[in-house]
Amino acid sequence: MMKSLILHTATRLMIGVLVLFSLFLFFRGHDEPGGGFIGGLVGAGAFTLYAIAFGTEATRKVLRIHPITLISVGLLSLVVSGLIPMFVAEPFLTGKWLFIEWGAIDTKLSTPLLFDIGVYLCVVGFIVTVIFSLEEEG
Amino acid sequence: MLTVVALIFIVALLSPWIYKLFKEKSGWVLALLPFGSFLYLASWLPHIAAGNVVQQSTTWVSMALFEVNLAFYLDGLSLMFGMIITGIGTFIVLYGSGYLAGDAYLPRFYCAILLFMGSMLGVVLADNLISIFVFWELTSFTSFILIGFTHEQENSRKAALQALLVTGIGGLALVAGLVLMGFASGHWEVSALLNEGDIVRNHPYYLAILILVLAGAFTKSAQFPFSFWLPGAMAAPTPVSAYLHSATMVKAGVYLLARLNPVLGSTEIWLILVGGFGLLTLLVSAWLSLSFTDMKQILAYSTVMALGTMIMLIGLGTEMAMKALAVYILSHAMYKGALFMVAGAVDHEAGTRDVLKLGGLRTLMPISFAAAALAAISMAGIPPLYGFIAKELVYEAALEAPLWPVLVITLAVIANIAIVAASAIVVIRPFLGAKVETPKKAHEAPLSMWIGPLSLAVLSVLFGVLPFLIDTSLMVPVASSVYGVPMDFYLSLWHGINLPLILSLVTLAGGILVYRIWDGLRESAPMKVYQTGFAMGPIRGYNGLVNGLLGLAGWQTRTIQNGLMSNYLVTILITLLVAVGYTFLTRSGIVWNPGFENMLIQEWALSIAIITALGIMLAFGHSRLTMVIGAGVVGFALALIYLMHGAADLAMTQVLVETLTVILVVLVLIHVPKLKELRSTTSKIRDGVIAVAAGALMTLLILAVTAAPFDAFISEFYAEASYPLAHGRNIVNVILVDFRALDTMGEVVVVAIAGLAVYALIKMKRFGSPPDTNTGGRTSSGAASKQGGS
Repeated sequence: MMKSLILHTATRLMIGVLVLFSLFLFFRGHDEPGGGFIGGLVGAGAFTLYAIAFGTEATRKVLRIHPITLISVGLLSLVVSGLIPMFVAEPFLTGKWLFIEWGAIDTKLSTPLLFDIGVYLCVVGFIVTVIFSLEEEG
Repeated sequence: MLTVVALIFIVALLSPWIYKLFKEKSGWVLALLPFGSFLYLASWLPHIAAGNVVQQSTTWVSMALFEVNLAFYLDGLSLMFGMIITGIGTFIVLYGSGYLAGDAYLPRFYCAILLFMGSMLGVVLADNLISIFVFWELTSFTSFILIGFTHEQENSRKAALQALLVTGIGGLALVAGLVLMGFASGHWEVSALLNEGDIVRNHPYYLAILILVLAGAFTKSAQFPFSFWLPGAMAAPTPVSAYLHSATMVKAGVYLLARLNPVLGSTEIWLILVGGFGLLTLLVSAWLSLSFTDMKQILAYSTVMALGTMIMLIGLGTEMAMKALAVYILSHAMYKGALFMVAGAVDHEAGTRDVLKLGGLRTLMPISFAAAALAAISMAGIPPLYGFIAKELVYEAALEAPLWPVLVITLAVIANIAIVAASAIVVIRPFLGAKVETPKKAHEAPLSMWIGPLSLAVLSVLFGVLPFLIDTSLMVPVASSVYGVPMDFYLSLWHGINLPLILSLVTLAGGILVYRIWDGLRESAPMKVYQTGFAMGPIRGYNGLVNGLLGLAGWQTRTIQNGLMSNYLVTILITLLVAVGYTFLTRSGIVWNPGFENMLIQEWALSIAIITALGIMLAFGHSRLTMVIGAGVVGFALALIYLMHGAADLAMTQVLVETLTVILVVLVLIHVPKLKELRSTTSKIRDGVIAVAAGALMTLLILAVTAAPFDAFISEFYAEASYPLAHGRNIVNVILVDFRALDTMGEVVVVAIAGLAVYALIKMKRFGSPPDTNTGGRTSSGAASKQGGS
C-alpha cells in the first residue's frame, strides 16, 4: 500500500475505466484484437493497481468475490461450455451458436463466448490470487 | 440407457440442493431414482429372456484411429448386474439416510453414492472398451471419496489411498489390455468382440492382453495377494461397505472377466490363471475371516472368499460353472448386502461391531435379527434358501472341473466349512445368548435401515423356495451370455441324494464343529501365524513398495532439485545444446542468411535497444531491480516487433504480461535477500561459455527455420474458415476459444492449478509448515530470477 495522493486519486478514476476497458476488449475479442485472455489481463491489472494504492483489504472489498471463487467459476464455465453440445449429441467443445435478432437487438450468444468468459475469470482469479498472496505475506 | 446413466449423474450433482429442499425426507426422495432405474431395467426382462439383446449407441469422440462411442449393450449378464446395482442401490440410499442421519456430510454422501451408482451402472452397461474403462476409473475415484468419507480420521484417509492405488494401478494395466485387444481385433465394441474370440485368442498379443486384463480385474475384485485393500476399505461408513465392497464395485472385476469370457476364455492359460487365483483366494480368505471378531472384517473376508469363488467359476469355464456363477452372484449380492446392513445397524444401535462385546440382541432388535438370520442361513448354504442352490451348483461345477477336480472340490469344501462357521458367528454371537452390556442402549433400527436387509433376506427365501421365478427369466440369459452359447436349464431345490448334497452335509457338520471351537481356534498360535502371513504380509509388501517409492522420489528430488537456480539453468541449457544441437547439425546444417539489407530503420532501432538493455543488465547486474527493468525493456521491445508484423493480439498480450510480471517480481523482491555473487571465476567462465553457445545455437536455428519455405496451408485454412465456421473475424481468438479450445482448456487448468499452488504454498508458510526455512528462502529467490528472465 502506497500513501500517495496522486496515485490514490488516479486509481479511483482509473479503476472504473480499466474494468470497462477490459470488458470492452473481452467482448470485441471475437472479431477484433482482444478476447478473454487479454481482457482478463487488463481486468487483473485494474485490481492490481487498486491493491498497490489501497492495500489488499480494500481491494477484497471492491472485488467482493474471493479470487479462488473466480478461478473455480471460470473452470466451471469451461466445462459447461464443453458439455452443452453433448446434449445435442455432438462432441465435447463443439461450438453452438444462438443468433438473436429482436428489434434493434442483433447479437449472438455461443458456447465459445461462455468458454471465453471462463478464460477471463481464470486469468483474473489467478493474477489476483498471486498478488494478494504475495502482498499479504509480509 | 444413456439417459438413465446421465440422469443418475445429473441428480447426483443436484443432490445437495435436493437435500436442502426435502431435509430428512430426502433419502426417500432420492431412492426413487435408483428404484425407477431398477424398474426401467426390469421392463427389459421379457425381451432379454426371449434371447434378445439391446444395443444403443451415441458417438462421443470420433478419431481417425478409432471411435469412442457411448454405446450400451444389454444382455442377461449386464441386466442382472444393472438390477443388482439399482435394486440394492435403492435400499442403500434409504439405509444411508438412517445411518448417517444428523451427519453434517449427509448431502455429500448422497452425491458421492449416486455418482458411484452412475459409474458402476456405466461399467456394466457400456459396450465400448474405452467407455468401459472410463466408467471403471470413475468407480475407483468415487470409491476413494466414499472410503475416505470420514476424512478427519487418518486410517480412513490411508484406507482410501490404499484402495485407490491398488485399483488405480490395476486400472492402468486394464486400459493397456483393452487397447491392445481393440487393436488386435479391430473391434472396439464388446458386442462385436464376442464373435471374434478366435482372432484375439490366436493373436500374438493374447498373453499380454490376458495378463493386463487380469491385473485390472484381480485388483478390482480383491483377489489374493491384492485382497488386502478390501478389508482396509471397511473404514468406510457401513452403507458404503455394503454397497461398494460387497454388492457392486468389487464385482466389477468379476463382471469384466465374465463379460470377456467368450473373447479371452477357454484356453489352458485362462483356466490355470483365472481358476488358480480364484481357488487360492477363496481358500486363503475363507479361513482369514475366522481370525477377526469385528463383524465387518469377518464379512469382508467372506466377501473376498465369494469373489474368489466367482473368479474360479469363470476360470473353470464349463457349462455347469456358468450356471453356478449366475446363481452364486445373485445369491451373494442378496445375503451379503443384507448382512452388511445388519452389521451396520448393530454398530449404529449398540455402539460396537465386535462380536465378543455383543449378545442377546434378538429381543431388542427383532427385525434386524430376522433379516440377519435368514441371510446367514443363505450364506451358510442351508436349504431352503437361495444360497443353498448356489452352493450345490458350485460343488457340482467343482466336481466337473476340467483340471484336478479332486483338488478343486476338496479346497472348495474346506473353504466353505469356514464360511458356515463365519455365518454362525455373525448371527449367533450378537443376537443369541445372554444379554451383554453394550456401549449404547440398543434398540431396533429405524424403518429406513431395516427395510433393505429384510427385503433382501425375504427374497433369498423366495428365490430358494420358488426358483422357477427367476431361472428361465434371468439365470438362463446370464449363464448364456457368459458362456457365449445359448443354454437352457431349470433350477430346483431338491436334486435327490447325490455327491454335492453329501458334501453339503459334510460342510455343514464341519462348519458347526469349527464354530464350537472358534474361541480357541481364533486365539491359537497357528491362526495368529496364518493371519500375520496372509492378511498382514501383503499389507507389509504394499507399505514397503509405497515407502520405497517415496524414498526414491525424495532422493531424486534432493539430487536433481538442489535449489540453486544456476544449476537448473546449466542443466536445461546443456540438454538443449546437446539434443537440439545434434539434431540441428545432422538434419539441417548451418544456413547463414541474416538478411541485414532488408531491415528497416525502426527494426535496427529496436534491436539496438534490446542489445543495450541486455548490456546494461550484464554490466550493472548486481541489483535485482536493474535486472528486472532490463528484462522489462526487452519484453516491451519484443511487443513492438510483434506490432510491426501485424500481430496486434500478441503485442497486447506481451505488454500486459510484461507489466504484470514486473509487478509480481517486485512484490517477490521485497522478500528476497540481497543478490550476492557466490560463483568462482572458473564457474563464471563456464556459465558464460554455455550461455554464448546456447544463444548462438538459437540464432542459427531461427535462421535455418526462416530460410525454409513457408507452408501457408494452416494459416490460410484458419483465415478462410474463421468466419464461416466459427462466426469470428479475429483468428487468434477463434483458434483459442473454438478451433483449439481443448488446448486452451488444458492451459487454463494449468493456470488455475498454479494459482491454487501459489496460494497454498504461501498460506502454508504462514502457518509454519515447511520444516526447512533455508529451502524456503532459496525457492523464492529461484522464483524471482525465473520471473525476471521471462
